[in-house]
Amino acid sequence: MTTDVAARPTDERRATEHPPPARPRTVWSWIALLIGAFAFLFPFYYMIIGSLQKEPDSGPSGAFPNPANLGLHNYAAIDSAISLGRSLVNSGIFTGGVIICTTVFGLLAGYALARLQFRGRGSTFALVLLVQVVPFQLLLIPLYVLIVRDYGLADSYLGMILPFAINTSAVFIFRQFFLQLPAAMFEAARMDGASELQILFRVALPLCKPAVLSVVLLSFTGPWNEFLWPFLVTKDQDMQPLAVSLANYISTVAAAAANPFGAILAGACVLAAPAVALYIIFQSRFNSTDIDSATKG
Amino acid sequence: MSSIKSETLRSRRTAGTAGGAKKPRQPWRLRLGGHQPIGMVFVSPYLLYLAAIFVYPLGFAVWMSFHDYFFAAPGVEVERPFVGLDNYTSVLTDPDVWRSFYNIAVFLVINVPLTVVGSLVLATALNRKLPLRSFFRTAYYIPYVTASVAVVGVWMFLFNSDGLVNRALGPLAPEPSWLVNSHLAMPVVAVFVAWKQLGFFVVLYLSALQNVPNELYESAALDGAGRLRIFRSITVPAVRPATLLVLILATITGANLFTEPYLLTSGGGPDGATTSPVLLMYQRGLQQGHPDEAAAIGVILVVLITAISLIYRRLVERD
Repeated sequence: MTTDVAARPTDERRATEHPPPARPRTVWSWIALLIGAFAFLFPFYYMIIGSLQKEPDSGPSGAFPNPANLGLHNYAAIDSAISLGRSLVNSGIFTGGVIICTTVFGLLAGYALARLQFRGRGSTFALVLLVQVVPFQLLLIPLYVLIVRDYGLADSYLGMILPFAINTSAVFIFRQFFLQLPAAMFEAARMDGASELQILFRVALPLCKPAVLSVVLLSFTGPWNEFLWPFLVTKDQDMQPLAVSLANYISTVAAAAANPFGAILAGACVLAAPAVALYIIFQSRFNSTDIDSATKG
Repeated sequence: MSSIKSETLRSRRTAGTAGGAKKPRQPWRLRLGGHQPIGMVFVSPYLLYLAAIFVYPLGFAVWMSFHDYFFAAPGVEVERPFVGLDNYTSVLTDPDVWRSFYNIAVFLVINVPLTVVGSLVLATALNRKLPLRSFFRTAYYIPYVTASVAVVGVWMFLFNSDGLVNRALGPLAPEPSWLVNSHLAMPVVAVFVAWKQLGFFVVLYLSALQNVPNELYESAALDGAGRLRIFRSITVPAVRPATLLVLILATITGANLFTEPYLLTSGGGPDGATTSPVLLMYQRGLQQGHPDEAAAIGVILVVLITAISLIYRRLVERD
């Protein structure tokens, strides 16, 4: 590798030019970013367009459809095949259960790790970290044996929720949040003779809404998008979350449907929409700080 | 890791175990539980959960891999004798298992470098003031928050033999087509997963780049270093810890591959060219009823991932 450290001529700026001209290389890299963004967003555009087409058209012209060929009947088709409403309710209960458990467990543990001194705090912290490195593929078979066969929780919401109910990132987000609060506040409450439970409910909880919102948003996408575990647990179609029922529809590709292409893409749109919408609305919540607190601890 | 050490130190200091002779003996309550023993109550649900859902199944998996374990009707007591390394020998003499490990190796060799290089280059480009910067960040992150099942549906049609990609390529389209070509199917899956995960790693790198002091860039620019040179000599070394994290996370994610081969290539096809170890575990363990062999595959896989992660650490630190 030869290195090119030749001094480049400095930009000669004339006084009349505001703002300074962008350097040509910056323009090129910006164009490259634009092309990249197009490559990342195109499948989503194609998903929406394809879901609205009456007649499937896989050619290049299909990407720019004729408005007369658009309609919502693919949504009706996928609904009659996998009952969208029922699947969405299942996804909602599964996701909601996971969010509630993650938030409650995470808040209690995060608060204790940040603000309380008790025996075993250090080992608790180390354990929480260790969970992050336990690979799911090793737990897959034993969890299946325990939850589905021993406890008989197949086709139940509880069976779906159990493996996802705790989440290391949630503990870290709460811990980070409570660490940032001034210690004097907690000390003052203790001086006034408040019990630890009172401090938790009167001081910590009213303040931690932003952290709760972060945790709720971060733990939404996991269960909502999860396929493998609910796929193993639910065999009964009435219990399947949308990701599972749609996947089953894809793998048995509905030869019965006139336009499986459109029906699958319609299902994909319904599955993708909530997570993407949440992300776009609450973008700042998904920012690096949350990932920071989750990874650095 | 240092944060854990300081945590434990601090808690040891404050938990007030009876220290030197000078310190007055702490009252027994403090020595038993620390200043706020209720903390134990607060973390106990979490810890109990951890024991039930992570620690116990982990031990169970290893135990299962050394025993003759099979599914019996619920509530029936059956003999499950210790069989030593039998499950491991039967797994390791099975060409299908070797094939799946070879497949995942192909996957990782394509996916991991693509992920690391792609996310670092994108993050570097997005680390400057640019028009439309937040739009770009959103665009690259959206696939990451979308369900695999949903995007697989689209890619399936894009890469169909009669799909948009082949139509656009015309006579250049590969024969047989992408997902039914045993040489191309796994690369397509690897590129798909890299595309889907990239946004997450871009954000990770962006937060690492924000900690690189600006003076470094400024002095390098003053010395007349070109952009590539700055990238190689300043950016890359500065984000080394993040790179290690990206390498390990991308490898763990890749080793967990299941949904994509299951759906995109209809169950690990063509001819098992995209069968991943986890897909094989599902087929072996749950479809054909050999959970003990599946557990052995899982243990081998985890040992391999751990080894790879240690190699990464060596490489990244030595560099």
